[in-house]
Amino acid sequence: MTATRKLLGLGGKPTAAARPVHGLRQNGRREPAGRPDQRAPAESAKRVDSASSQGRVRLGRPTKPILVACLVLLVAIAVGVAVGPAGLSLQQVAAALVVRLPWHPHVFVTPLDNAIVWQIRLPRVVLGVLVGSMLAGGGAAYQGVFRNPLADPYLLGVAAGGGLGATIVVVSGASTALMPPAAFAGATGAVALTYLLGSGAGRSGESPAGGNGTGSILLAGIAVAALLTAFQTYLQQEHSQTLTTVYSWILGGLSAATWSQIWTVLPYVAVSAVALLVHRRLLDVLRVGETEAASLGVNVARVRLLVVIAATLGVSAAVAVSGLIGFVGIIVPHVVRLMAGPSYRIVLPVSMIGGAAFLVLADVAARTVQAPSEVPIGVITAVAGAPFFLFVLRSRRARQVLS
Amino acid sequence: MISFTELTVRYGDTLALDGVSGAVADGEWLGVIGPNGAGKTTLLNALARLLAFQGAITICGKPAGRLSRRELARLIAYVPQRPVLPPDMTVSDYVLLGRTAHITYLGVESAADRKICADTIDRLDLSSMADRRLRAMSGGELQRLVLARALAQEAPVLLLDEPTSALDLGRRMEALELIDELRRERGLTVLSAIHDLTLAGQFADRLMLLTNGRIAASGPASTVLADSLLARHFGPGIQVLTTDAGDLAVISRRMPRG
Repeated sequence: MTATRKLLGLGGKPTAAARPVHGLRQNGRREPAGRPDQRAPAESAKRVDSASSQGRVRLGRPTKPILVACLVLLVAIAVGVAVGPAGLSLQQVAAALVVRLPWHPHVFVTPLDNAIVWQIRLPRVVLGVLVGSMLAGGGAAYQGVFRNPLADPYLLGVAAGGGLGATIVVVSGASTALMPPAAFAGATGAVALTYLLGSGAGRSGESPAGGNGTGSILLAGIAVAALLTAFQTYLQQEHSQTLTTVYSWILGGLSAATWSQIWTVLPYVAVSAVALLVHRRLLDVLRVGETEAASLGVNVARVRLLVVIAATLGVSAAVAVSGLIGFVGIIVPHVVRLMAGPSYRIVLPVSMIGGAAFLVLADVAARTVQAPSEVPIGVITAVAGAPFFLFVLRSRRARQVLS
Repeated sequence: MISFTELTVRYGDTLALDGVSGAVADGEWLGVIGPNGAGKTTLLNALARLLAFQGAITICGKPAGRLSRRELARLIAYVPQRPVLPPDMTVSDYVLLGRTAHITYLGVESAADRKICADTIDRLDLSSMADRRLRAMSGGELQRLVLARALAQEAPVLLLDEPTSALDLGRRMEALELIDELRRERGLTVLSAIHDLTLAGQFADRLMLLTNGRIAASGPASTVLADSLLARHFGPGIQVLTTDAGDLAVISRRMPRG
C-alpha cells in the first residue's frame, strides 16, 4: 500500500490536503488514514498512468512563461510589420500580406506597398527575431556556463573580433558585401583564440573536474578583446576617412536587412538555438558549481566547450549581419530571471523569444522616433531597456528573488 | 566496495596526501578522522576524482580512472562540506540534480527519475516542503536535503565530508542516525570525514586517523580512540572516557596555567 501511495504521491488528482508541486506532491507518507483518494488497487494503478503523464507536464515546468513570451513576440512582429515611417495604413499592410496567400480575397496592392512590406519591413522584423534571440540566448547561456551574472555574449571577444574583421574590410576598400563574412570570421576566431589561451593556461594545476577553468578563460577573453580592439582602433585611426562607415557598423542596426542575409544566417541561428536549448537542463546542474556538477556526473569542461561553440556560432552570425547591438544579451536574460524564475529550462527559451520580441520592438522605435532618419538601435535598446530593467529589478518579485 | 592504493595529492609544493592506501567493504562505514589539514577532505575529493592525484582507486571492481564522470557518479555520491545551495532553487529541483548521471546528455528526466526523487524526499521527511526555496530552509533541513540529493543518485558508495558540522548536537545525532539507517536499508558503503571524535566512534565501524597526509592509525574505535594516540595528534589535553553505556567520549581538558 505504501508503494501505491507513493506512486500516487507523484501527482494524481489534487486533493484539498495535497497541493501539486512540480509533479511531486506534498506528503505521501504522513497523511491520515482513509483519505478520499485511497481506492481499490486496480483503480489506483490506472490512475498512476494518468498521474505520470500529468507529472510530466508539471515537471516540464510551467509552460506559461513560454506561452506569454510567444504572445509578446507575435504582438511585436505584428507591430514591426504594421508600423513604419512610410505610413501605410493597416489595410494596405494587410492587403500586401494576404495577396501572397494561395487563395486570397481580391485586394488591390500597389507595387510600392508590396515592396515596403516584403522587402523592407518583413526582412527587418525577421532579422530582428534571429539576432535578438541569439543575443539574448547567447547571453543567458554564457551567464549559466560561466556562472557570472555580468557575462554577455560579447564576453569572449566576439565584439572585438567582429569589429576588427569588419574594419579590415572597410579600410582595405573591399566590397562591403565582405563585411559580414569578415566579421563572422573575426568573431569566431577571437573566441577560438580566447579558448585556446584560457583553457591551456595553468594546465598543470587544473583539476579534472574542470574546476578552475572559467576564471582563466574569462581573463583570456579580456586580454584577447583588449588586443583586438587595439588593432581595430589603430586601423580606424590610420584610415580616418572611413570612420563613419566603421562607427555605424559598430553601433549596429537592422536597416540593411535583406532576405539573402536572413537565409545566410538562418542555419547558424537554428543550429545554435537547438544546441543551446538542449543544454538547458545541464546549465541548471551547473548552478551548484563546477565541482559538484562534476560529482553529479557532468563533464563540465565538455559542456562548457559545447555551449560556448553553440553560442559563438549564433552570436557571430548575428553580429555579422547587424553589428554590435549592445545590452540585449545582458538585460533580457535578467528580466526573464526576475519575472519567471532562475531555472535555465525557462530562462533559455524565454530569453530567446523575449530577446527576439525586444529587438523587433527596439527596431520599430529606431526607425520611427526620428523618421525619416534612424536612431541607432543600440541607443534604443539601452534607453528603453535600462529603465525597464531597473523597474523590474525594484519590483516586489525581484526583492524576493534577490534577497 | 571501494579500495585505494598509494593515493598521493600535491597542492603545488605541499604534499596533502602521501601514499594513502585502504579499503572499505560493502556496507561498511569508515570514519576518517584527524586534525585540521590532515588530508581528510583531500582524500574524499580524490576518491570522487575531483582533483588530480596519483595512485589507483577501484570501485565495485572497476578502476575509477577509466570511468566517465557519469559512470563514476552512478557509483559514488559525494556530499561536500559546504555544498553550493542556490537560494532560489526549489527542494524538488535540487533533489532532481541527483538524477543527472541517470539522464542522457540531451534528455530530460523520466517518470522513474521523478518517482525516485519523490520517494527520497518522502524518506527524508522533506515532502511538506518540496516546493520551498532553499533560502527558506533551516540548517538541519538543508542537511537532509543535500543527503536527499546524494541518495537520489542511487550510488552504492556515499562520501560525506563533515556531514554534521553545521548542526547542533541533537540534530547531529539525528542526521548520523539517519545516515546509519539509510546505510542499512540500502547496503551503502559510507566514507565520512568527521571532526567529532565521540560521534565518529559511535557511528563508524572503523576509524582511519590521518595526520599530515598519512595514515597514523586504522581500526575499530576501541583501538583508535586511545588517550596517547589522540594526544599525540590533537594536543596534550585529549582524554577518552567510557560512559556507563559503554560509549567512548573524547574530551579535551584545559591545561593548567604556568
